[in-house]
Amino acid sequence: MKIQRHGAVLGLVAASALLLGACGSDNNTAAGGSTPASGTSVPVECGGKPKLNAEGSSAQKNAVDAFVQAYKAACPSADLAYNPSGSGAGVKNFNAGLVDFGGSDSALKDGAETEAAAKRCQTNPAWNLPLVFGPVAIGYKVSGVDSLVLDAKTTAAIFSGAVKKWNDPAIKALNSSAALPDKDIAVIYRSDESGTTDNFQKYLTTAGGWTKGDGKQFKGGVGEGKEKSAGVAQAVGSIDGAITYVEWSFAQDNKLSTAKIDAGSGPVELSAESAGKAIDGAKVKGEGNNLVLDLNSIYGTKAAGAYPLLLATYEIVCSKGYDADTAKAVKAFLTVAASTGQAQLAEAGYVPLPKAFQDKILTAVKAIA
Amino acid sequence: MNDPVVAKRPAGSGDTGAVRGVAAAPTATEAPIPPTPEASETQTKVHVRPGDRIFRGLATGSGVFIVAIIGAIGLFLIVQAIPSLGLDNVNFLTSREWNTTDPANLRFGILDLLLVTVVVALLALLIAMPIAMGIALFLTQYAPRKLARPFAYVVDLLAAVPSIVFGLWGLFVLGPVLFPISTWLIDNLGWIPIFAKGNVNVQLGGTVFTAGIVVAVMILPIITAVSREVFERTPTMHVEGAIALGATKWEVVRTTVLPFGKAGYISASMLGLGRALGETIAVAVILSTATSSFGFSLFDGGSTFASKIALAAPEFNDARSAGAYIAAGLVLFVLTFVVNAIARSIVAGHKEYE
Amino acid sequence: MSTLSADPQRLATPPTFQKVGAARRFKNGLATTLVWGSFLVAVVPLVWVLYTVVQRGFPVILDGDWWSKSLSGLLARQQGGGAYHAIYGTLVQGLVCGVISVPIGIMVAIYLVEYGGRSRLSRATTFMVDILTGVPSIVAALFVYTVWITYFGLGRSALAVSLALVLLMVPVVVRTTEEMLKIVPDELREASYALGIPKWKTIVKIVIPTALSGILTGIMLALARVMGETAPVLVLAAYAPFINFNMFDGPMASLPLLMVNERNNPTQAGFERIWGAAITLVLLITLFNLLATVISRALAPKTK
Repeated sequence: MKIQRHGAVLGLVAASALLLGACGSDNNTAAGGSTPASGTSVPVECGGKPKLNAEGSSAQKNAVDAFVQAYKAACPSADLAYNPSGSGAGVKNFNAGLVDFGGSDSALKDGAETEAAAKRCQTNPAWNLPLVFGPVAIGYKVSGVDSLVLDAKTTAAIFSGAVKKWNDPAIKALNSSAALPDKDIAVIYRSDESGTTDNFQKYLTTAGGWTKGDGKQFKGGVGEGKEKSAGVAQAVGSIDGAITYVEWSFAQDNKLSTAKIDAGSGPVELSAESAGKAIDGAKVKGEGNNLVLDLNSIYGTKAAGAYPLLLATYEIVCSKGYDADTAKAVKAFLTVAASTGQAQLAEAGYVPLPKAFQDKILTAVKAIA
Repeated sequence: MNDPVVAKRPAGSGDTGAVRGVAAAPTATEAPIPPTPEASETQTKVHVRPGDRIFRGLATGSGVFIVAIIGAIGLFLIVQAIPSLGLDNVNFLTSREWNTTDPANLRFGILDLLLVTVVVALLALLIAMPIAMGIALFLTQYAPRKLARPFAYVVDLLAAVPSIVFGLWGLFVLGPVLFPISTWLIDNLGWIPIFAKGNVNVQLGGTVFTAGIVVAVMILPIITAVSREVFERTPTMHVEGAIALGATKWEVVRTTVLPFGKAGYISASMLGLGRALGETIAVAVILSTATSSFGFSLFDGGSTFASKIALAAPEFNDARSAGAYIAAGLVLFVLTFVVNAIARSIVAGHKEYE
Repeated sequence: MSTLSADPQRLATPPTFQKVGAARRFKNGLATTLVWGSFLVAVVPLVWVLYTVVQRGFPVILDGDWWSKSLSGLLARQQGGGAYHAIYGTLVQGLVCGVISVPIGIMVAIYLVEYGGRSRLSRATTFMVDILTGVPSIVAALFVYTVWITYFGLGRSALAVSLALVLLMVPVVVRTTEEMLKIVPDELREASYALGIPKWKTIVKIVIPTALSGILTGIMLALARVMGETAPVLVLAAYAPFINFNMFDGPMASLPLLMVNERNNPTQAGFERIWGAAITLVLLITLFNLLATVISRALAPKTK
């Protein structure tokens, strides 16, 4: 009896040990997809902490994955784990010293957040480096309408319920040639709290006279919420007459039509190039190497051919105060991210940094001690 | 699963002890009245037996531990919720508003969450309870043995499917199938408030109706598994007695199996209800949130307590806003408390089982 | 079933038994139909869900890499890699949770059935177990988060997940064990006491073995429930696409977390990983159930 029971337990342990101890491997050679092409080559000083920890915004997760791939290619023994648990968690855990840098959809807020970050960096300021730009598409599905032009004001009217039909004069005015049906507009928004919602509402506030307020919860008071980008994109893809705001990559993968935005100098289609133009015109309001962006300069851009609806996400790093090992690895990673790492971004639905902006980032990274 | 036989076996035979290898047992079996010296020896041990004291202590300690854990959860929720409740600018219990973006101006009320949670859970329970009883009876009383075993296994397997899979299944597979049914209900029975056209697109399937059905499927295995175990253990004597009195199959079930298993079935259902009330990811994936408030239609959208918390959890970065969600969690906690208290009083009325 | 009602009719002599009346026969038929009907109604969604999982997930797990590699170093849209890291995480978190919960759960059940009687503590404990059953996983996770991470200042880790899962697993173990212990006939206990066997030995050697197969089934169901739990891993463990053997530190993947994570991946690769992880989890649980059956067969008291 006793022997039997021990035997059974032993069997269980043996079975699990066999399974767990079996040769699991982290060694993947990427199948499909291109290997990191050498974009802008910048000398990288590898070394330091072998495995960095970072956490934050899920909006930049796929970009960070691409950076990690490039980082590992440049520094073979190095690695980084990015946990996409949300901007709030990223900032909180960075400030608590649990991760080496944080990813966030917004810069550190003045006051408590900035002070906590400075404390975490041994009384040195933390820098916000806008490294990843994700364009937000206005995705829609209306049968017979392949091309749609919207301006911020009309978009705000649609997402606040003031414009209810696809053949509303406000939409017609912008799309004189399109065959707009007499159909209700089904607005789909994010039901989870997200930086995309926040940025979209900020954009509408800046450029479209949106008065509902911003924040991570959708305030339009119209439509129906679905969970995550996957949920909204799928929802828009499955009903005729639907419209939403969603990260570019999800719009592409769900084959949604995306609206062109007319910011005053003609309709602009969303592309890496047009979004890059908007970044080029961005003004920095932070001091020195703390590259906090003045988002109004992006959202309100009137530059020809610039697509203004962008989600800027930051890496939040210490300017000083890391131990030597960590500092070295963080610098190496960010250098790779801002240079060779940019090559794969377009494929993942992000905008590669324009040259001038890239230089600013690299200068800041170099100054980290 | 093969031990009902054991349970029903006349207990006095004593060979259980023999097989268990209890030292004293063989002697005992051979000599029903043990010799006096041995007996007195055992009796002196009664007073020392440290094993008993330790074991009793461990068992009691575990019981205390459970009580302490619940106390700790309750305490933690209350402590975290109170500051935010103090900052709430609307009535927490009667408001349908939920706006926690600005920590300086919190406006949150749980009425909508409460209604949606309760309606989803009740719908799920309403669907799952009779079906689970049917399956449990089928597996224990009606099914040919050959069918019962594999099917019982499939039911158990369902408990293994992670909830996010149910969510995705509900969203991608079941939702589209329910669309014509929902449309028909709305068109033909729309004058009944619960079938009225709701505040979300039926076509997307993000309704209380879909969520309730999916949650029903999710709690089915739990209710079935526990009920089955209990029904299986109906004393054979009772069943045979009923058959001897000329009862039909149904009468056997009604007069022996059901009374014997009633308390177990109810507690199984409560287990299911607990899970339905707290189901998180599946509901969050399926249920569309709506901008207008819940109107008691099955075709409305909305949020349950758990889905609301889950959708906001990654962005808990301000203690004051997080406190609002914790307050919602507290209400959910109290809700399960009340439901269970009611269930217990029902079960307490049926002494046959205990 | 029908034999009962048919038999009397075949008797040539006036039957000793009353003929089964039409109303009773109707009720019997109705009940039979309903029971079969509910079986059929239940089969549809149950088989449907499993079919969806198998159909979408099966091709993925045929690849040997799935079982031996992690997703380390792969971009969202790059196919390949495997779920080894997540399988390891799920197993280890589940096993550690089980190792903690099973003794506690069984001891609580023993207390309730064998020692507690009608005492105040016993009633309180039963009630609290009921309440714990209803505690949503997200609340359990948040509770552990504040205690483990905010209060003790420890990092997020797989161990924290296991602790949250313990809260979810213990009540299920208690419930099923309690039900099973109650069903053990008192005659068995009395016979044992009559032989002068101490109470704890009676419980360990007589009561528990008699109820063991039921208890094991309960434990397996409980494990199945906790291994598929998503909320605790979401809050308490950070996702990592690479293998982390360390339970106490660093991010560790698990199958549910992998699925949640891949929902942010709109590509075909993400789709495959979600359903691959789903079927893997189902297979793992199947394995556990098989083990439980084997063990409970081995441990069941000999009946002949």
